Amino acid sequence: MSEYYVCTGCALLCDDIEVETENSKIKTVHAACRKGVARMKGCSDPLECTVDSENADIDFAIAKAAEILREAENPLIFGHGNSSSEAQKLSIGLAKKVGAYLDDTSSFCQGPVIEAILQDKLKTCTLDDIRHKADVIIFWGADPSNSHPRHLSRYSYFPRGKERQRGWEEDRTAICVDVRKSETAVICGDNRFYQIPMGGDAEFMDALLSALSSKVPKTSFGFDAKRILELANVLKKAKFGVICVGLGLIYSLEDLEPLFRLMDKLNEVSDFNLMPMVGQYNMRGFNHNLYEEAGYINRVKFNSETADAEHGPDFSVVEALRNKTVDAALVIGSDPLSSLPLSVSRYLAEIPLITIDPCRNLTSSKAKVTIPCALGGVESGGTAVRMDGVEVELKKILDTENLPDAEILRKITEAI
Amino acid sequence: MANVMEIYQLLPKTNCKECGKSTCMAFAVDLLARKVSVDDCPPLVNDAKYKAGYEKLSEMIAPVSGVTDTGLIVHEDKCIGCGNCVVACPVNVANDPLGAGSGKAPTSDKVIFKVEDGVVKARNVQECRRFGENRILCVACIDTCPTKAIEFV
Repeated sequence: MSEYYVCTGCALLCDDIEVETENSKIKTVHAACRKGVARMKGCSDPLECTVDSENADIDFAIAKAAEILREAENPLIFGHGNSSSEAQKLSIGLAKKVGAYLDDTSSFCQGPVIEAILQDKLKTCTLDDIRHKADVIIFWGADPSNSHPRHLSRYSYFPRGKERQRGWEEDRTAICVDVRKSETAVICGDNRFYQIPMGGDAEFMDALLSALSSKVPKTSFGFDAKRILELANVLKKAKFGVICVGLGLIYSLEDLEPLFRLMDKLNEVSDFNLMPMVGQYNMRGFNHNLYEEAGYINRVKFNSETADAEHGPDFSVVEALRNKTVDAALVIGSDPLSSLPLSVSRYLAEIPLITIDPCRNLTSSKAKVTIPCALGGVESGGTAVRMDGVEVELKKILDTENLPDAEILRKITEAI
Repeated sequence: MANVMEIYQLLPKTNCKECGKSTCMAFAVDLLARKVSVDDCPPLVNDAKYKAGYEKLSEMIAPVSGVTDTGLIVHEDKCIGCGNCVVACPVNVANDPLGAGSGKAPTSDKVIFKVEDGVVKARNVQECRRFGENRILCVACIDTCPTKAIEFV
């Protein structure tokens, strides 16, 4: 039990996990949070290999999947957040070959922020920098106590680091800006919790900007100006600040301009970095891989002849399904029927649908072809990109009969 | 965490002595220390007018299973395994500065808290600062728990 494994429960990719196995199953997981344990212990309801809801062997299912993609004029390939980087690269190759719409969950998640980071419009740092240096940490629209349970204990607030030897008690200040008193807000304390109304983020940012410029901050919702000035003072004195941006902030902003303005100002008066609170374990990996390949992070359509990528909001999974511009879909390690509004995702049940996933889910129940794959980080290895952009090597823990998703995608590509 | 006056307010306050204690306040003190259970107060259980008090108390006083020598209880149903207590506990930090103290999985056997299967497990409780001759009222693990899964009785 001396070997450390990587947990793929969320994009923190904690690499200090020990496991005990028994009869080729994971018996005990050490150090992982409840979310990670649930992922590592595997599916309660594993997916079966089926074609038209009848059990099939894997080669037949792969041939059928290839046939669907070959015959489709505008197929959609979606998912990727729970796949290794190797699988994602093969998926990009497959999309080029069949001229598919290619998108991932960042399209309705942290996409805009990651794009800005990759284009050097926002200053960022690694999680290890946060642990060693950060003294002021803002959780804005994020509740890591629920979404990334070990964020505070492993990196952002509680641990001691090289320049923060006294840890949370004396060396660090955690601040929470949110629309509700989340569990993270409880840890930050009432003095350091700024409750704003829904959609009030941009206005609060501009008020904070005024306060940082020594002007009187004003908000239409009448937020106590003294408290904003107090917050601005804390931020000014920060030696190494971090804003952990959650989905709450991204959904509230129409565009990222207020965030750019605030970050520019904060970097004028002190030193601030931004950390996107990425959910799925390798969502950022997909953004990196596609950016490298096509120059965009998501929402692309490849031309099957020239392999050129078109990019735009119309090529996002939501718009493609809403406008019914796709005529077949391949979903890898995702459950859009559960995560997207039914008015949009219902269309998936009307077109030939292929799912590759370790577990059964709502999407797989509507699929024409289902192909079970190995559970990433447990039954198959590979590489993944952590929320801060650091590449992490995943190790295989258990053996399985299921093929890794990369292998399945390679076979489908070959069969087309 | 409940305090003795909160508990007392929910009791019948009749000093009927049916529970064997001399006053309701004495019963409240013992209830807080988990020496008795809510069901040990017969009027509270049987009399319909105390039903609301009974229900509130039953919720407030979680079952006593798993109490350690220092009175530490981990409510496993509430714990999410975030490990805040593992990293915040001063004893963990002193005994394992490069493991638990630095945010990583504990590397020493002397730590008090360890996360196992997504739930924190308490061990070596004799090392806890609330125990022994020089005990102090340390609240590092309680204050840092987002779900209030740790309690001292």
